Amino acid sequence: MTTILKISAESLEALFAALGDSGRRILGPTETDGRVDLGEVQTPAQVADAHLQLTLSAKEAVFPRVERLLSYKTMPGKVELNDAEPDIQPTVLFGLRPCEASGFGSLDSVFNWDSRDKFFNARVEQMTVVGLSCTQADDACFCTSVGGGPGSTKGSDLLLTPLADGHYLVEILTAKGEEIQALAPHLFQPAVNEDKEALLAKLEPHFDREALTAKLPGLFTSELWAEQSLRCVGCGACAFVCPTCACFDIQEEADTKEGQRLRCWDSCGLRQFTLHASGHNPRSAQAERWRQRIYHKFSYFPQRFGEAMCVGCGKCTRACPVDMNLKEHLTQACGT
Amino acid sequence: MEVLRNKAQDLLAQGQAQIVIGYEAGTGGIRRPSFARTAADTARLVWDADCISNLAGYLTRPEIKRMGKTAIVANASTLRALLQLTAERQLAEDAVLALAVAEDGTVTELATAQAVTDHVAALPDALSAADREQMNLLASMSREERWVYWEKELQRCIKCYACRSSCPMCYCGTCTMDCNKPQWVPVPSHALGNLEYHTVRAMHLAGRCVECGECGRACPVGIPIHLLTCFAEESVHQQFGQKAGASAKLDYALGTFRPDDKESFIR
Amino acid sequence: MAERNIYLPYLMRIAKITDEAPAVKTFRLEFINPEEAANFEFHTGQFGMYTAFGEGESTFCIASSPTRKGYIECTFRAVGRVTSALATKEEGDVIGFRGPCGNLFPLEQWRGRNLLFIAGGIALPPLRSVIWNCLDQRDWFEKITVVYGARSVADLVYKHELQDWEARPDIDLVVTVDPGGETADWKGKVGFVPHVVEQLAPPSENTVAIVCGPPVMIRFTLPLLEKLGFTPDSVYTTLENRMKCGHGKCGRCNTGTSFICKDGPVYTLAQLRELPAEY
Ligand SMILES: Cc1cc2nc3c(=O)[nH]c(=O)nc-3n(C[C@H](O)[C@H](O)[C@H](O)COP(=O)(O)OP(=O)(O)OC[C@H]3O[C@@H](n4cnc5c(N)ncnc54)[C@H](O)[C@@H]3O)c2cc1C
Ligand code: SF4
Ligand code: SF4
Ligand code: SF4
Ligand code: SF4
Repeated sequence: MTTILKISAESLEALFAALGDSGRRILGPTETDGRVDLGEVQTPAQVADAHLQLTLSAKEAVFPRVERLLSYKTMPGKVELNDAEPDIQPTVLFGLRPCEASGFGSLDSVFNWDSRDKFFNARVEQMTVVGLSCTQADDACFCTSVGGGPGSTKGSDLLLTPLADGHYLVEILTAKGEEIQALAPHLFQPAVNEDKEALLAKLEPHFDREALTAKLPGLFTSELWAEQSLRCVGCGACAFVCPTCACFDIQEEADTKEGQRLRCWDSCGLRQFTLHASGHNPRSAQAERWRQRIYHKFSYFPQRFGEAMCVGCGKCTRACPVDMNLKEHLTQACGT
Repeated sequence: MEVLRNKAQDLLAQGQAQIVIGYEAGTGGIRRPSFARTAADTARLVWDADCISNLAGYLTRPEIKRMGKTAIVANASTLRALLQLTAERQLAEDAVLALAVAEDGTVTELATAQAVTDHVAALPDALSAADREQMNLLASMSREERWVYWEKELQRCIKCYACRSSCPMCYCGTCTMDCNKPQWVPVPSHALGNLEYHTVRAMHLAGRCVECGECGRACPVGIPIHLLTCFAEESVHQQFGQKAGASAKLDYALGTFRPDDKESFIR
Repeated sequence: MAERNIYLPYLMRIAKITDEAPAVKTFRLEFINPEEAANFEFHTGQFGMYTAFGEGESTFCIASSPTRKGYIECTFRAVGRVTSALATKEEGDVIGFRGPCGNLFPLEQWRGRNLLFIAGGIALPPLRSVIWNCLDQRDWFEKITVVYGARSVADLVYKHELQDWEARPDIDLVVTVDPGGETADWKGKVGFVPHVVEQLAPPSENTVAIVCGPPVMIRFTLPLLEKLGFTPDSVYTTLENRMKCGHGKCGRCNTGTSFICKDGPVYTLAQLRELPAEY
């Protein structure tokens, strides 16, 4: 059951120290030249505070952009194959927005729905998520349209909500969250009558995700996708910054004696993604690729896993070189 | 703005264009590409100092070409790219109707490559003052310092290819980056993969980059990657005396032999 | 606790190489590790990811029958980076194999029915697995007919096996080559596969049709089968889409909700009708 407590800014600093002493690495949003990256921090002061979102997403912590899957040595008539072990350490992801935190659930569905992906799982196992509720939202945000919210606890082990008095409301949500609390129980105080809702950003839902999912199969051949995608330049930016996009490529790098197999991010927006050796491409036009993006997230994935493969963070909209605003396009599809 | 919208409406109504590419207001009021095919669509068109992106990349897209005659609301970058694309025979001469909008809102139709060339000749330097300053800074650095600078910038690259996809001159159907026989450039976005990608791309844009800065603006992680292509472009300009985007009749400097070339190794 | 690495291939030795047609080879592969060999099982219709160390992985069906133990076979055409590298391998060389992946041909459901196999070009390998599987369990099925066509006589794969099948009384084989692809001593048919099927007019009653081939052949053959009275759920085919992981994760092989690497590659025509034609 969720325990609700409070922590002061000073105690939070002490908690960071306790986390460090326990051998955990703390990754939090850090700001450089207007970008917000997930960087190693030792104190809350190093954490960016005015930011809304990471520029990339926290999926990097469990699904790095490049990762070795195996390596080998080749000799005449012989191959020596070596499994790869991800290099990991206990990590606290501090200050993730609720949308980011809930993205791990979608990733888990992809990486473990059938066979299990040991690389992803090894990282998740060593990870504790400390979420941070949103007190502001921007034009690209739409978490409340896809089942999330500025104070959603989904995906967090522990969720902080900033209180007016400089304290944080702390919701301890999982066993991993309890472990953190147990590191320094004296730092937490009881929370009485705090109105969490009142502290959160206000964000009205823009569309009904379930209605959209119900509608999409009938819109497959609609002109809408060609119309919407005219502007799209077909890059990988939206997928690469997305906390839930999990597509990857597997690439070989080798010389005549040894080699390794790497997995790296890939995107359905890129023409190469589905291109056959014969030159045939099942999704040969950008309209089809844009449709795949929408359908994977809001039709295929929900049909298989019961929820959207989108947390409404709006990162794709912010990263897109031509402002393909997802919220706007989905709202348009709902009204078609 | 009304003048532009009316002009677009007229062109569509009279069949002089089947599509007008321009700008519209996007998220938080930013400017983004817009495509008008009906009178109603033209109401979305806007024009102001924020319309800085280069729209010419759309001109070579099969989806757009299939629609028929294109008119394009063109800032200086778009016009330069239009000329360069024509020089590289990606667009037939005079295939596109360019609409240059002046500060007071008047619209000039530039229907021929010659008209575009003349118009462009009167426009100021392509690079913004801030970019020029940054270029000068880079030029003043030692090789080692420059290496450190680019190493630091490029390590952030996630190889999303937004830079390539946004560049009007990166129109190749199959990019060298996508060739795997041989695998010229490593695909992963590790140090070597990133370095090779960007040096190869800059080399491929030497003598062709119109210095619009679109690739740098497109980058989601803020790498000023246009500074690299602009550097390659400007060194070709210095050595061979021709500037990409200045004319619809330009031979590719690095692929052309002239008896008066100053290199002696080739003779 | 340590989970298995699903991307790690088995090491296999190439026991035998057969040149089938220009740029087309068959490898017979044996597990290097006897324990892996003993534990390995697959079903007809499944495929695997084959590694040319140094170049990467490529997807081919398992072209041998699960009834033949101790080895697997694959037949591939050298088209790109990995397949070209595989084509340079010699007997005794080591390659990698991951699998089996995907679903299977439901032989149990076909018991007691006639089987009509229609294959074109390099698409015989997936059918060869199931044909041998069915021949090795011959009493399960009624009449077995195979129509196989290639561009030219040289392009026909499994030439020796075609002769074997020709000689067997319990299987009807019709081999055809495209007009212009015949040689002076060619004794088979000349004509495109759909045309030959039309002439043959196989009865659809109690019959399952299994069709594999290039898109054009499929496009013309499927309507024909329907005209002959085959219902969409008695027509089977296999799909190919680019894929990397074989585990429904890398994201590129889907057509609609269906991952070809997990829910396919075997589909009935009835199933395909429910999916977008993104293949
Ligand atoms: C389920 C399935 C079964 C197949 N069975 C056979 C078979 O039995 N015999 C055979 O010759 N071919 C078969 N193919 C096609 C074969 O996988 C491709 O021809 C091969 O992967 C090309 O690889 P390459 O590296 O040489 O080509 P490249 O062009 O260098 O490949 C680049 C990438 O694209 C992938 N790719 C390219 N074309 C295809 C394609 N058509 N299908 C899937 N991935 C592709 C490759 O794996 C590689 O990752 C099958 C494909 C699938 C999906
Ligand atoms: S699709 Fe866009 S809004 Fe949805 S989770 Fe991904 S980045 Fe966020
Ligand atoms: S939207 Fe595209 S890139 Fe993202 S997970 Fe789905 S198929 Fe992959
Ligand atoms: S939507 Fe934007 S970010 Fe995504 S592929 Fe298209 S242009 Fe790139
Ligand atoms: S846009 Fe930026 S991150 Fe993307 S490939 Fe180009 S330089 Fe790299």
